[in-house]
Amino acid sequence: MTTIESYESKTKSGVGVSAQRPDAVPKATGEFPFSSDLSSHNMLWGQTLRSPYPSARIKNIDISEALSISGVHAILTANDVPGKNLFGLEHPDQPVLADDLIRYAGEPIALVAAEHPEIAAKAINAIHVTFEELTPLIDAESSITAEPIHPEGNVIRHLKIDYGDPSTTGDLVIEGTYEVGMQDQAFMGTESGMAVPSPDGSVDLYISTQWLHSDQNQIIEALDLPEDMVRLTLAGVGGAFGGREDVSMHVHLCMLALHTGRPVKMVYDRNESFLGHVHRHPAKIWYRHHATKDGHIVKVEGKIILDGGAYASTTSAVLANACCFSTGPYRVSSAQIEGWGVRTNNPPCGAMRGFGNVQTCFAIEAQMDKVASALGIDPVELRLINALEQGDSIITGQKITGAAPVKEVISSLAGHPMPGPAENNLLARPGGTGRTTDQKHIKRGVGFAVSIKNLMFAEGFDDSSEALCQVDDGNVAIHTACVEVGQGFITLVHQIAEEVLGTSDITVIPADTSIGSAGSTSASRQTWMSGGAVLKACEAVVVKLIEQIFEDEGVKYENLDGTLVSEDGTKTIPVAEALKGRSFHEKVVHRHAPTFPLNNKGQGDAHVSFAFAAHRAVVDVDQELGLVRVIEIATSQDVGRILNPLQAVGQIEGGITQGLGLAVLEELVMKNGVIQNANFTDYLLPTALDTPPIEIAALIEEPEPGAPFGAKGIGEPPTISSTPAVVAAIRDATGVDLRRVPVRPEDIALE
Amino acid sequence: MPNETQPHLNVNGETLTIDDAWLGESLLYTLRERLGLYGSKNACEQGECGSCSIMLDETLVCACLVLTGSATGKDIKTIESLAPEGSLSTIQQAFVDTGAIQCGFCTPGLLITIKDFLDENTNPTDLEIREAISGNLCRCTGYGRIVEAVRIASKTHDETEGGN
Repeated sequence: MTTIESYESKTKSGVGVSAQRPDAVPKATGEFPFSSDLSSHNMLWGQTLRSPYPSARIKNIDISEALSISGVHAILTANDVPGKNLFGLEHPDQPVLADDLIRYAGEPIALVAAEHPEIAAKAINAIHVTFEELTPLIDAESSITAEPIHPEGNVIRHLKIDYGDPSTTGDLVIEGTYEVGMQDQAFMGTESGMAVPSPDGSVDLYISTQWLHSDQNQIIEALDLPEDMVRLTLAGVGGAFGGREDVSMHVHLCMLALHTGRPVKMVYDRNESFLGHVHRHPAKIWYRHHATKDGHIVKVEGKIILDGGAYASTTSAVLANACCFSTGPYRVSSAQIEGWGVRTNNPPCGAMRGFGNVQTCFAIEAQMDKVASALGIDPVELRLINALEQGDSIITGQKITGAAPVKEVISSLAGHPMPGPAENNLLARPGGTGRTTDQKHIKRGVGFAVSIKNLMFAEGFDDSSEALCQVDDGNVAIHTACVEVGQGFITLVHQIAEEVLGTSDITVIPADTSIGSAGSTSASRQTWMSGGAVLKACEAVVVKLIEQIFEDEGVKYENLDGTLVSEDGTKTIPVAEALKGRSFHEKVVHRHAPTFPLNNKGQGDAHVSFAFAAHRAVVDVDQELGLVRVIEIATSQDVGRILNPLQAVGQIEGGITQGLGLAVLEELVMKNGVIQNANFTDYLLPTALDTPPIEIAALIEEPEPGAPFGAKGIGEPPTISSTPAVVAAIRDATGVDLRRVPVRPEDIALE
Repeated sequence: MPNETQPHLNVNGETLTIDDAWLGESLLYTLRERLGLYGSKNACEQGECGSCSIMLDETLVCACLVLTGSATGKDIKTIESLAPEGSLSTIQQAFVDTGAIQCGFCTPGLLITIKDFLDENTNPTDLEIREAISGNLCRCTGYGRIVEAVRIASKTHDETEGGN
């Protein structure tokens, strides 16, 4: 079986340069093994039977016909789950296989293992399930008081933030209601993996995921096996963006492999991928902003409802983000915010890049523009007046002690040159060559938006990452369980190790569960957490090296930027040179500063660090046809310190494009609890023609205290304020008060 | 040489005899799961994303939409043909150098598409590049570095490289 190899770095580079990805060449030749490329002798193919109904009771499951098909080796149902028939990322509330009630359309009911995917598909069709259809609960707002659809009730979390004096008043009140549609991560490589059973009853799972140890913890409960009998190894990941943080096929694959005694491979097709992972929470948001005549936002009242779908996933944490940052990167003296994360019979929602901040940022920035317009203040100026600074508090009462260059981010972007007129080419016009628009009908608009994002996990979660730096006769190997999803952590490992140890000859051992947890590749946290762990492990090796030399030679050395200097200054030796012929094994666990829960008024130091970004979008719109072309998106971002400029640009350009997608293209369209467009023909991802050139006005490098190398996570901010910037630009061009994303042609077309 | 009566596929210059039973599978499945050529990717399997782009008798196609039976006797070129000697083609090198690769799942399909494009258009504008790759979805990069890679590759692209 082919799995990810230990790619060796060939680039001499420390921190701060555009080092080349060590996996770039195998990815360019097609040799890099993704989880869907796994194969093994004697392998079977697994498939999943899913419910077509969003709410139903299973009356009977008849597997006899399916079992009789030649080439079918197993049909498993809820009765075959060896341990607890429950899993869940934050807490277990979701059946591995539905045993009685169906709570969403797409819920897994039965599994098949067969010789060929076509035989497996035939068997799936031959499983006869008798359903009693029930009326689905599909409205998030009415869910709060509706009959519970789950034993734990409908309200997953109700959070109130009560900050400052609620009787505060301003000169102006602006009220608005906003909606965010259900976006999907739509990573290119669908869920896939392979489970390989061992004769002793244990199992190895090769899987694309974001968090190996969280998966392992959930699988062992469902399989009723001890930790050492369920081993996970990362298989090549084709993108993630939050959608691989929850368990999907993991338990299913292990069950089929253990049952048949043969390796079992599963690859979701695109339709099943849309059904098989969580989505971005749709949101309904109401705001009332109170401002003084001179443009100070003094009070914000808000109500936020997130539709969590059938199961909890990360709804609780997403709601916390939505509420904690519900006033944006702005200083307010009073805020009364109430949020609900609820269950419905819609598909489960959970993590996606931006995680709660995306939803509220869209609404806040619309409100800011309305306040600016009502007061006759330039929208950029209004944002500067209210911008948070270091030392200010956010509405949870937490003081920002780290870098907060909000004004710098805004000013640098506002001063960036504007793009010229669009190229005189049909391709460059709204709608492109397919729906020709007339040049004279095109109106240009400009929009501006700013965002705040918390970095890493919050509310007292014990967040850690473990790293091993192993030196074997001078050869350096680094091991963590940190998942590479494409973001480039694998490059940073090389850069950080080289920075400390001075050698570019470094092997990165594939991520697996034989080392301690690295936590999730999410929340813009891995550079800080696993990067920090790698840094500490390498530094620990240098400490041991100095001790060993002292024992050998009786000379005390000090490490000065990768060179060991003897106490009397007469001898110097590069660390890499001194490592030759020596062996070390240093394992460390890295933690960030502790965070604390929110109290009953939503107050507390719940977050570690904050990052800020601003986006300016320029659009051309043909309002008659309802067509939008995004001409340019420019950005400035607070990054702490850039560790790899090329990878930073990649994160920013990619993140902005996902924000553009939510603004004008991407939505899982629901009808009575059922997704109507679970395919790439109807779920529209931005193509290269939909995506404009992205201009980086400035990357603000103000090192973050406590962060390894001062670097802030950079993955999420690009996705957050890019969406409201595009929508603001469309409002500017059309004058239409757009309160919902994605903006559809019919939302702006002239009647 | 295979028996004339047996169905065969010409893949990357090699003639491979195939089992009758495989003829009903998609060419993508046959390439990946029968012939072990996993470089062509399976992202949507409905011709929307371009991840399985290959050349079939010098025409750019999505392998997921081609029935294996209809590809017999035709000249098939996959990503595995781009760097046959182990040295990267100009386009592959440009992808590596410019940061056009993140997760890399869309990369093989894009490289096939771009090679076909640059064989025809040696001096493309940015808009032409964007149009040429608009049938290949990428979820990670936002296309900026990919467009840059094509710009760079177009200056040195040699039609004869890459297994022709």
